[in-house]
Amino acid sequence: MNLPEQRRETRLDRYFDAYAARTKGLKASAVRSLFAVASRPEVVSLAGGMPNIADLPLGNLADSLADLIRTGGPQVLQYSSAQGEEALREQICEVMSLEGIAAQADDVVISCGSQQALDLVTRTFIEPGDVIVAEGPSYVGAIGVFQSYQAQVVHVAMDEAGLIPEALRQAVLACRAAGRTVKFCYTIPNFNNPTGLRQTVERRKEILAVAETLDLLLIEDNPYGLLALDDGPLPALRSFEAERVIYLGSFSKTFAPGFRIGWAVAPAAVKEKLILAQESATLCPPVFSQFAISRYLATWDWRAQIDRFRVMYRDRRAAMLEGLDAHMPAGASWTRPGGGFFVWLTLPEGLDSQSLLAQAVTNRVAYVPGTGFYADGLGSRNMRLSYCFPPPDQIYEGTRRLGEVLAEAIDVAQTFGLTTPLPLASSNPEPEN
Amino acid sequence: MSYPIVVLAGGLSHEREVSLSSGRRVSAALRALGRQVVEADIHAGLIGQLADLGQPVVLPLLHGGTGEDGAVREALGLIGLPYVGATGPASRLTYDKAIATPVVARAGLAVPERVVLPHDMFRELGAAAIVNLIVTKLGLPVFVKPATSGSALGAGKVDTVAELPAAMVRAYNYGRVAVVEKFIEGVEVAVPVIDTGSGPRAWPAVEIRPDSGVYDYEARYTMGATKFICPADLSLATAERVAAAALAAYQALALRDIGRIDLIVDKSGVPVFLEGNVAPGMTETSTVPLSIEAAGDDFGAVLAQLVDLAAARGPA
Repeated sequence: MNLPEQRRETRLDRYFDAYAARTKGLKASAVRSLFAVASRPEVVSLAGGMPNIADLPLGNLADSLADLIRTGGPQVLQYSSAQGEEALREQICEVMSLEGIAAQADDVVISCGSQQALDLVTRTFIEPGDVIVAEGPSYVGAIGVFQSYQAQVVHVAMDEAGLIPEALRQAVLACRAAGRTVKFCYTIPNFNNPTGLRQTVERRKEILAVAETLDLLLIEDNPYGLLALDDGPLPALRSFEAERVIYLGSFSKTFAPGFRIGWAVAPAAVKEKLILAQESATLCPPVFSQFAISRYLATWDWRAQIDRFRVMYRDRRAAMLEGLDAHMPAGASWTRPGGGFFVWLTLPEGLDSQSLLAQAVTNRVAYVPGTGFYADGLGSRNMRLSYCFPPPDQIYEGTRRLGEVLAEAIDVAQTFGLTTPLPLASSNPEPEN
Repeated sequence: MSYPIVVLAGGLSHEREVSLSSGRRVSAALRALGRQVVEADIHAGLIGQLADLGQPVVLPLLHGGTGEDGAVREALGLIGLPYVGATGPASRLTYDKAIATPVVARAGLAVPERVVLPHDMFRELGAAAIVNLIVTKLGLPVFVKPATSGSALGAGKVDTVAELPAAMVRAYNYGRVAVVEKFIEGVEVAVPVIDTGSGPRAWPAVEIRPDSGVYDYEARYTMGATKFICPADLSLATAERVAAAALAAYQALALRDIGRIDLIVDKSGVPVFLEGNVAPGMTETSTVPLSIEAAGDDFGAVLAQLVDLAAARGPA
């Protein structure tokens, strides 16, 4: 035996004691590690929210970008303003007008994806311990941002028409009665990630009325609003009440996420804060990407392109819903989204989506367990299934594989008395949240 | 030393990410010594890729099923390529905790009192009755784990009878057979056993002290979440017993070149075998590199020695 003289004690991280408190919760995750397998071609991934951009005019785009550098290189490859290029901000106003928003270019702050806009808003408003109310479930990336600024996320229930206004009112009042500071309400009114549910127009007005009564700021995150698959877009919350809403938009789902361009539209004073925050964060949002998107919007029929995306996603949604109807066991229920990318599935009692993911990956299908969409540990019986990326036949096959996994899991759970016996035939349940 | 080294990492198991991380670290260490390294994953074109390399030596770092159950090593034997590590049959034996533990026990090592049960048995005989029998036999707490999985996936400590059914279900998500062991309080250690040409010997034991109290996935792969002490804080006599136990387990399982033996030193100072690993992790938070460095050896140089020995041994 070779025993060295020096005994070494290590955490393998010499900076362990130097990290800020807000990073202490960042841990390796077995679930995240399984996504490394999900990226293999053998696996049907119903997990990721990647848009399918293969239908973009890639040849035209390549020529356009080459010309952009050739003719405008010294400008498009240079630093620029923190607020973003004015021409693109004007075009963004045109995009937002489809959802009833009347804004001026000066109201817009461009960001590195709407994710960064959300980060800027959060850093602008949140002190550690402040409360953010958000739909339950809500976008995992938003929860991550909020937690990184040490906010406490309080979830508000949803129904098929979206965030429940009375639940919002009660949640805010309860927090305030407990001496907590509620800074804003975060909502995804259109085809919420992960449920796919959309707030009705009536519901939007009710939410705004509650916000007015409570003097509550709303953050309206809207990446999917133009991807309604059965009808047209609904008016944005911001279109009804500009001073109470910070609106976040994105080109990631309607054009391409790789450019990382999103934006915020905020009341004037807030906008000034966001520009200053953007300066300290990045100096300026990606300049070349801004020019690329501006040229795309100016030279390509982007409205027709969005319509092509809608047709493509409609086929994929149909494959998903047909597959779920055919293969899900009794006791499972799921939403039937009118747009966006996601279906939210509720498992029969006794099943845990997080621990089932390993079995699913073994059976060559992947999804996102529901717990990631809650800040409070709920969601263990839920999973998010996305229909945006794989082709329809793969989506259908993915639901078949998932059905096999669930059938076996129910068998095991029943053996241990963790779920009640269910009939073998599949059903077509109502949406549930 | 002109042959290329194929670092085989990735695969389709639940431990793919861990394996890729191991592969990156090992490749960098070998390249730092000037060795020609090709990083490869499991895919349909792999055999052709290996053939194009002439006569490479393969360093399998695939974790989990296929990687550690002997299948890939059998295939390498079929292709006729030398590789580092245990043979297919020895890997299969070691990977299946239901079989490996009795083998090690027969060699005279202490093992936890345990039961091994397939899911079907609970269904056919009634889960409630079996759960009660388990608790009667082993007491509480117990440790539940899948018979064939790694990185503590699907494994967990159970303190009450009420928690046991859910823990069994979690384990069955990773395989059809689960192992329930009497939980042993003590000092958890990982001991690399490496044969660099003069016979296998135990490298310094690494003591594992997770902040959470349980060495689960988070504790294994979150840098800073676990404190490692190397050599383990044991008396010289106990350390020697640990080294001897690790070596005995390595030999009982017919391992070759490199393996890692996980033990727990109970309160009376007896090392108790927990499991063996034919493809131990080589990530930034893994214990084998830590032990090699603590012994004053160069991580890459030790691996290079193993590769050269495999090359000299030839296909097997």
